Amino acid sequence: MALLSQHLKEEIDQWVQKFPQGKQRSAIIASLHSVQHFNQGFLTTELMNEVADYLDLPRIQVFEVASFYSMFNTQPVGRHEISICTNISCMLRGSDEILDHIQERLNIKAGESTPDGKIFLKKEEECLAACTGAPMLMIDHHYIENLNIKKVNEILDELENDN
Amino acid sequence: MNWRMTISDLNQIVFANINDKDPWSIDSYISTGGYEAWRSILNNKTNSYNAEIVIEIIKESGLRGRGGAGFPTGLKWSFMPKNNKQKYIVCNSDESEPGTCHDRDILKYNPHALIEGMAIAGYAIGATVGYNYVRGEFMTECYPQIENALNEAYQNGLLGKNISNTGIDFDLYNFIGAGAYICGEETGLLESLEGKQGKPRFKPPFPANYGLYGKPTTVNNTQTLASVPMIIKNGPDWFKSFGTDKSPGTIIFSVSGHINKPGNYELPLGIPFKDLIEHSGGVIDGRQLKAVIPGGSSTKVLPAKTIQDCTMDYESLQEAGSSLGTAAVVVIAEGTCMVNLLKRISRFYFAESCGQCTPCREGTGWLYRILDRITAGNGKESDLKLLVDVANRIEGNTICAFGDASAWPVQSFIQHYYDEFEYMVKHEGKNKAA
Repeated sequence: MALLSQHLKEEIDQWVQKFPQGKQRSAIIASLHSVQHFNQGFLTTELMNEVADYLDLPRIQVFEVASFYSMFNTQPVGRHEISICTNISCMLRGSDEILDHIQERLNIKAGESTPDGKIFLKKEEECLAACTGAPMLMIDHHYIENLNIKKVNEILDELENDN
Repeated sequence: MNWRMTISDLNQIVFANINDKDPWSIDSYISTGGYEAWRSILNNKTNSYNAEIVIEIIKESGLRGRGGAGFPTGLKWSFMPKNNKQKYIVCNSDESEPGTCHDRDILKYNPHALIEGMAIAGYAIGATVGYNYVRGEFMTECYPQIENALNEAYQNGLLGKNISNTGIDFDLYNFIGAGAYICGEETGLLESLEGKQGKPRFKPPFPANYGLYGKPTTVNNTQTLASVPMIIKNGPDWFKSFGTDKSPGTIIFSVSGHINKPGNYELPLGIPFKDLIEHSGGVIDGRQLKAVIPGGSSTKVLPAKTIQDCTMDYESLQEAGSSLGTAAVVVIAEGTCMVNLLKRISRFYFAESCGQCTPCREGTGWLYRILDRITAGNGKESDLKLLVDVANRIEGNTICAFGDASAWPVQSFIQHYYDEFEYMVKHEGKNKAA
């Protein structure tokens, strides 16, 4: 248990308490969120192993959850995550132009991170449920709606200046 | 149909308090009559509000599930076994049907209506424990809001063990998902809540017999549950004074796409489509309406000429060949390429298929790849037949409705806009609409 801090263990314990005795498997998703957050946005095999061991579950049960859900990254990614929605409502409001602009400016494609490790541009296929504020994106899970190129540039300026 | 719109029709039930100051706080909620329904039940559990009566009130109100299927809520509750064994009430706040974003606003602005609705539902079906499954992407914005509200409800003695010395127990927990559209399917959601991959279960057994941890469980949508307190408080007849005979009550329309004032508008069911568009400011930039996806991307597209005479309720849209779904109204203006739009929809279903049924796992990939080659200018004339053929082979052949949801857009887009698909195939990817 070298990697899981006391704080992380307490967070995991709080989740385990929400479920009946012996149903700690239900705490895997929340535990992985906590651990991924602690590890600056991605999971490693070692971290997943420790979560499994701490919850007293077979390691495969943690891996299969990490690989199934799109919010878990099992490869290293940039520290700040940009998720841009390009589903129908956003597409009709110009999300493709926004995505093109971000890709061009950061010089990466969706699914990649900037070489300095600052920004991860997530490959987004799922609708993010902010359709009435289209086009939209999320920065580190914060919703930013009614985008235009100027607004996107301001967001990117801020991210790039953040160390 | 005797519907006519007045301003008093807007935001009457779930969003009734949305313009109050801090509507998410318990003080604000209580000041407008919040938790009165739950307190009445707690105080009169043996006579006027025993569990069976509560179920009867909901049945009588005609409330139908707002998550997309429109199943009668009271009937669903009545399927739960009548015994004292462990049961669960689960709320589906995994909002992710493309075009839909009203549950997000309920979680943000009126979380106590959901909590009160879950407590009442739990009481009615005999569940002492509830889980609210919130989609993972809501972790920063909605989750703290609903978690705060939950803490407030506990601090005010409205939840917990032996609530107000009534002998009634109800514990409620929020749960957070991690990004998977399929978890919006109720059995996929239960698998996810158990900490597994969100792969839907074969039915039967239905959740009312074998649900969370194998115990009888009712899964209801956020808006459905948030509608419950006002129905109990004001009575089923009041609820039925909104909407139509077969589609009573209000529903929140998420109006998005090519519209001047996109927004979440709670309005009576049965509102004429034209009035809804007018209320939403009309089609953007004065453009002509081309088509509408009336209930989220899983419902069939309707051309303007079909939907313009529809009313927005379960029956009218079904007659028109589509469905009310989640009431996510995606407005599409003239000039939009329907081939590209369908390709985007099909990419989504391909990406989100959980992969356990072969027709869906393989078929959604076929659909996307065929559409991709058509838009890239490499389509063949036989591709249009092939698309429909693949869609037909998915429909009805999978464990859950996701397969159907991936097939319906393809079938309906090609049915109504065949000429655009044909034009693109014949002109090496050039789009007819532009």
